[in-house]
Amino acid sequence: METAIVDRFASSLSDIGVTMTTTEPGDFAATVDGVVTEPAVGIPLDTEELSLADTVVETPPTPRHLQEAETGVTAAGKAIAEYGTLLINSDADGTEPVSLYPPSHVAVVCESDLFSTIDDATDYLDSRLNAGGTSVFATGASSTGDMGALVEGVHGPKQVTVVFVEGL
Amino acid sequence: MSSHQSRRRKAEQIRELIQREGDAVHENVSRLNQERYETTAQFDEYEALRTEARAIKEDAIENLPTLIETLRESVDANGGTLYVADDAADANEYITSVAGSTGAETVVKSKSMTTEELEVNEALEDTGIEVWETDLGEFVLQIADEAPSHLVGPSLHRSREDITELFEAEFDTDRPLDSAEALTAFARDFLGEKIEAADIGMTGANFVVADSGTITLVTNEGNARKSAVTPNVHVAVAGIEKVIPSVQDLEPFIELISKSATGQDISQYISLLTPPVESPTIDFECPDEPLGSGDDEREFHLVLVDNGRRAMREDAELRETLYCIRCGACANSCANFQHVGGHAFGGETYTGGIATGWEAGIRGEEAAAEFNDFCTGCSRCVNACPVKIDIPWINTVVRDRLNGEATPAEFDFLVEGLTPDAEGSVPLRSRFFGNFGTLAKLGSRCAPLSNWMTDSGIVRSLMDRYLGVAPERDLPEFQRETLVDWFESHRPHTPNASPTRKVVLYPDSYTNHVLVDRGKAAIRTLEALGVHVELSTPIESGRAPLSQGMIRTATKHAEKVTDDLAPYLDADFDVVVVEPSDLAMLRREYETLLDDDVDPRIAENSYEVMEYVYGLLANGANTDSLADPDGPIAFHSHCQQRTLGVAAYTEAVLGDLGFDVITSDVECCGMAGSFGYKSEYYGLSMDVGDDLRQEFASEDDRRLVASGTSCTEQMHDLFARDVTHPVELVAPTPRSG
Repeated sequence: METAIVDRFASSLSDIGVTMTTTEPGDFAATVDGVVTEPAVGIPLDTEELSLADTVVETPPTPRHLQEAETGVTAAGKAIAEYGTLLINSDADGTEPVSLYPPSHVAVVCESDLFSTIDDATDYLDSRLNAGGTSVFATGASSTGDMGALVEGVHGPKQVTVVFVEGL
Repeated sequence: MSSHQSRRRKAEQIRELIQREGDAVHENVSRLNQERYETTAQFDEYEALRTEARAIKEDAIENLPTLIETLRESVDANGGTLYVADDAADANEYITSVAGSTGAETVVKSKSMTTEELEVNEALEDTGIEVWETDLGEFVLQIADEAPSHLVGPSLHRSREDITELFEAEFDTDRPLDSAEALTAFARDFLGEKIEAADIGMTGANFVVADSGTITLVTNEGNARKSAVTPNVHVAVAGIEKVIPSVQDLEPFIELISKSATGQDISQYISLLTPPVESPTIDFECPDEPLGSGDDEREFHLVLVDNGRRAMREDAELRETLYCIRCGACANSCANFQHVGGHAFGGETYTGGIATGWEAGIRGEEAAAEFNDFCTGCSRCVNACPVKIDIPWINTVVRDRLNGEATPAEFDFLVEGLTPDAEGSVPLRSRFFGNFGTLAKLGSRCAPLSNWMTDSGIVRSLMDRYLGVAPERDLPEFQRETLVDWFESHRPHTPNASPTRKVVLYPDSYTNHVLVDRGKAAIRTLEALGVHVELSTPIESGRAPLSQGMIRTATKHAEKVTDDLAPYLDADFDVVVVEPSDLAMLRREYETLLDDDVDPRIAENSYEVMEYVYGLLANGANTDSLADPDGPIAFHSHCQQRTLGVAAYTEAVLGDLGFDVITSDVECCGMAGSFGYKSEYYGLSMDVGDDLRQEFASEDDRRLVASGTSCTEQMHDLFARDVTHPVELVAPTPRSG
């Protein structure tokens, strides 16, 4: 992976107020514990190298978690470096509501998940959506200007953190 | 009510609206506009993607019936249902029947202009269902019982203080509501409970993909995500025009929509939902069971609404409206809209310049009659539209249809005298302004008597009463000696024995009859730079009738000007124009008016005078004989000049010649041709002009310079100072005579 795209991703996230914490598979659990606020709920990760099992994050999610958790931890299926956009892929485990309901969202992004631009992600989306899939491009915290000034943290998270896993 | 009374009433309504909503509208809309400029300026692919998006929409509307059938198969295959509703009643009946069959008691909605158009909330409430708007702007409107004032920011006419007052009156809460943060937190918690309890989530759709059955939602708050994923039943409502063929076609729209709407690179959330979605059902009544444990299933209905759109598709002029992605950029870039907002510049549902197309298409042309005049044809929205809709043209067409233009021969109204217009024909005032060319001829012929007449209080009072011409305005002062008279009688022709270029200067009505000095200055400048100059026949370009919606009259003018210029073009002359609005006719509007009969050489070979000077200087013309700078300049470029991209040449020429120049950045001076002369719009025109006045307020030491006639008149009224055309600054000192 070229460092240029990683740098671009980091810089885009910084521009939109998203904290990026870089880690390696061996330090993953400790890194997650370091960035979440409890109670935290998550979706089990779909890789051999990464697991939430050794973290404070509770799984599987329940409606109470959605209402009471401070942090939701999910994978970002892909991410787009140009805008710091996370692709939240809906699934039967509940990645979509867990990334949406708690005030803080921690997204796990692996180095190999990065696309440079939206255009580069089009083929991936094409096959996903045509197979009946659903994805959300999520860029930064939810916000509104409707109450007379820009406010972050509306119906979606107020805070977004990326745990970036190098080497995966 | 007489027209005089109704004009006074309209003026009063506008004044009240500006007072009540003007500050919030101005602040919010101007900011969105400014942020669009900043974001698109840094986006290299902007123009290429606009072209691509336009092409996708053209094809999609062309192939709409096939796309809808493809979409039906996709939605079916995914396990959802597609319903195509003929009209609002049909759509509402379907939606209420879905609510009935699922036993729904409450519905939460995310923002959707199409459901505003259908008035689906009222239809659902009539059957006893509780409906909540979850977009905070729409929520404010629901509480206030108001219509949206903007396509994207529906409540942006309300200040934070307004909303605090509104909420404190509506809700019995101990929570403080005295900041945007507090209001947001209150609304989120209040609506959060409604979302969790809701039986149906209703959303709109920004784009619908035929191949995959995917609907796209573009939002910032996250309410559309919650509304779509929390209740088991999802109903999405969209106009039939939202369908595009494939996922591959989405990318230009995703790139363009947020930049155009709010100046964001990308909105917070772009949901690409292929419903029914895989996300587990959420049963808040069993809070400790894992998500999806119950036996609930997801249900999805996509309601595509015709409601006049198929007829718009068959209407060659209104069809373009269907390409609209409802970003609101046309409203944001509109000087009038920035001041008066969508409660004046809008119909029952839609707002801004494109509202004329939507309201006329959905409800009939009469629905646009009240607000269509707010489009002055300044064209600032043309470059702002991400799908390149010619919004001024749609406004002109609808104005023309409302006029029911009875093809008046252009001299008829003068021959007839100032007779009240017959029913179904062009209003008297439109004919007054629309026949400016004729009026100007008469004005010069009778000058100075004509000017004394129009200075008389009695005459002006009659003009106000019968023509709706604002008595506060100075009328153009016609010159006895026209530019053409001067050119033909006072000077030896062809001073340049071996000219570098040959130019035919088009004597527009203003330069020929009113601002004659700038015409003389243009000729002297061109000749000093080695050009051979001739004048074409003074035929009004068609701008004046076009601005009044008199398309057939404008077309006749276009044909005459085309015929008159043809021999010059045959002989390799370039065409130079002083008045920017007339240049825009030659470069832009003639193609629309004359269609296949247009002579493409006119657009290709016509230049604004300072643009042409720039070209001469760039090709090494000797500037020795041009005037030296004699003081600093405050320059206001004309709206159409900026849309054509030629304002920069004036700044470049003045800069190269050593002038100290500052340039205004307001979209329009507020006069906009005849608009500011109209009694009922005079107040708005001056309110718009106030932005320019403030910009140059502390520039007393700078000479005021403007390219357009109406800008010149407006700046004269705003500053009570003389206003000069740029070419008069650089022109060589006149020879005697």
